Amino acid sequence: MRSVDLEESSVRELNGELHRLTPETNETRWVIEHPQGKHAIACGLDAPVTVEVKGHVGYYCAGMNKHATIVIHGNAGVGVAENMVSGEVRVKGDASQAAGATGVGGLLVIEGNASARCGISMKGIDIVVKGSIGPMSAFMAQAGTLVVFGDAGEALGDSIYEARLFVRGSVASLGADCIEKPLSDEDKVILRRVLERAGLSAGSDGGPDGFRLYGSARKLYHFHIDNVDAY
Amino acid sequence: MNAQSPKAATPPRFSATFDPQAIAEIQRAAATGIYDIRGGGAKRKLPHFDDLLFLGASISRYPLEGYRERCGTNVVLGGRFASKPIELKIPITIAGMSFGALSAPAKEALGRGASAVGTSTTTGDGGMTDEERGHSSILVYQYLPSRYGMNPDDLRRADAIEIVIGQGAKPGGGGMLLGQKISPRIARMRTLPEGIDQRSACRHPDWTGPDDLEIKIEELREITDWEKPIYVKVGASRPYYDTALAVKSGADVVVLDGMQGGTAATQDVFIEHVGLPILAAIRPAAQALQDLGMHRKVQLIVSGGIRNGADVAKALALGADAVSIGTAALIAIGDNDPSLEDEYRKLGSTAGAYDDWQDGRDPAGITTQDPELAARLDPVKAGRRLANYLSVLTLETQTIARACGKSHVHNLEPEDLVALTLEAAAMARVPLAGTSWIPGHHDPKTDLT
Repeated sequence: MRSVDLEESSVRELNGELHRLTPETNETRWVIEHPQGKHAIACGLDAPVTVEVKGHVGYYCAGMNKHATIVIHGNAGVGVAENMVSGEVRVKGDASQAAGATGVGGLLVIEGNASARCGISMKGIDIVVKGSIGPMSAFMAQAGTLVVFGDAGEALGDSIYEARLFVRGSVASLGADCIEKPLSDEDKVILRRVLERAGLSAGSDGGPDGFRLYGSARKLYHFHIDNVDAY
Repeated sequence: MNAQSPKAATPPRFSATFDPQAIAEIQRAAATGIYDIRGGGAKRKLPHFDDLLFLGASISRYPLEGYRERCGTNVVLGGRFASKPIELKIPITIAGMSFGALSAPAKEALGRGASAVGTSTTTGDGGMTDEERGHSSILVYQYLPSRYGMNPDDLRRADAIEIVIGQGAKPGGGGMLLGQKISPRIARMRTLPEGIDQRSACRHPDWTGPDDLEIKIEELREITDWEKPIYVKVGASRPYYDTALAVKSGADVVVLDGMQGGTAATQDVFIEHVGLPILAAIRPAAQALQDLGMHRKVQLIVSGGIRNGADVAKALALGADAVSIGTAALIAIGDNDPSLEDEYRKLGSTAGAYDDWQDGRDPAGITTQDPELAARLDPVKAGRRLANYLSVLTLETQTIARACGKSHVHNLEPEDLVALTLEAAAMARVPLAGTSWIPGHHDPKTDLT
């Protein structure tokens, strides 16, 4: 196991070392001490390693992650796992705005709450939030799955494309072109699969049936003057 | 007098306010209920480089021999922070245009033409294609609000990264690609359903404002190990402050696009009424760099209406390090070619005025995803035409620079210029020709206000 103390090393040195790892590396376990809210920790990784961050991180931790598993034992700043391609990022605490923004793949698990714009512009990433999410989450969400055990803030899924949003708690309001949809067997399979990957079950109170599904009404896919009030 | 006499009849008089164009637009709006969407940049008459003149050499200024004495044209971009800055042989780059807005052969032609003369091309909203990377020796990868196709592998195989905050045709507007151009391949690259009207976001999803931008730039540098030059592109609106904030945020290069700069598809009202002409934007941007002690350290690339070597030379003289061309490059590879007049007529346009780049029926095979139309464009021949055009721009720029006694095009300066109009004098901050008057100019040494 490699241990890097960010009181002694810079983020640049840390990321440089992590970027030099190859898929065949034996250095597969890393521990980052004293992150102290620094930005861009462990971003741009491209190797099947596990990185445990022992504390709070700033903006864009695990940004554009590929293959790596990154566990944050604390809270995460803006844009955790933004544009993630593959691998897994787990936040033990809360996440700030734009968690998982534009992610194209991989799994982001937030064990606390996530702030506004969670999953904004998501493009295939799966996001699981054990707590609640803030307003404007899944704005223009294109693909992927967002699972929320708690509540969702205002304007959920505004201008959504083909992403699936599963929420077990209340939804303050839905954004333009986002509607509740019936939960099909296929949807339940997708939900179960995401929860299994996240190491979570839906809980004893209803399983997948306890969730409601939200997605696109597809009425704004072609601009039409009769829909102008929706914009 | 006979009231019916032809001599007494009032001749038809068109209103200067309600001119034929305005009347036609009212009628079109009334009939359709939707704004007009088109491609290209501002078409209205604007103060432009034509309103400036070079003074040339005289008794106190010595020219360089046109065919003997060297006049350098190279430009290095990204030396501020990037460990691998890029060097262009000419100060003219190809602006960002997406695969999606343009056909694959058009993107290939741009790459071939630019590479032949040692300059860069730029991706657009929709990601990087292998063909584009393969045919561009120097490729700038745009980082846009939509993040379509964005991934760390392409980020690393780019030669530079351009964070797009805005563009001159529509500062404050997002992208637009109408359904007829969303082919299966385009849809896959953008993770969108085929055939939908695709609207790209106007704001970045994970940062807001200059403090966040600084952190975003830091992240992109970390992901690419501080190798790549990072540009920040803005539409010309508040050029002094935008340039200063881009520098503060850690940009290596500022790209400033005036309202004559083209778009693939935007509302006509947006194109014609938002933003500044490039002539009004260069001096404030250069001033911001000078005030921060960063002129020539952070490079300034300007675009929007560059047509010939005189425009290039004037932009450089006003403080730019390089220019970008988009519309002119498309014309060079075959857009609005008179040989296609019959087909332009069928589309309700004419060669020289065709701007329906949004609807995918471009007879030149450039702004289309129709395979049959796209196949009309020979990327090798079109690339050669672009290389020819870029060479002419460079030769013309050198011709003017030598006449002004400059051994490098970057040695051109505002002192080499005068203005033909009051507007141009004020905007370019050079004297009205024949006078020493710069309207609106305040000398900080004597201006106590």
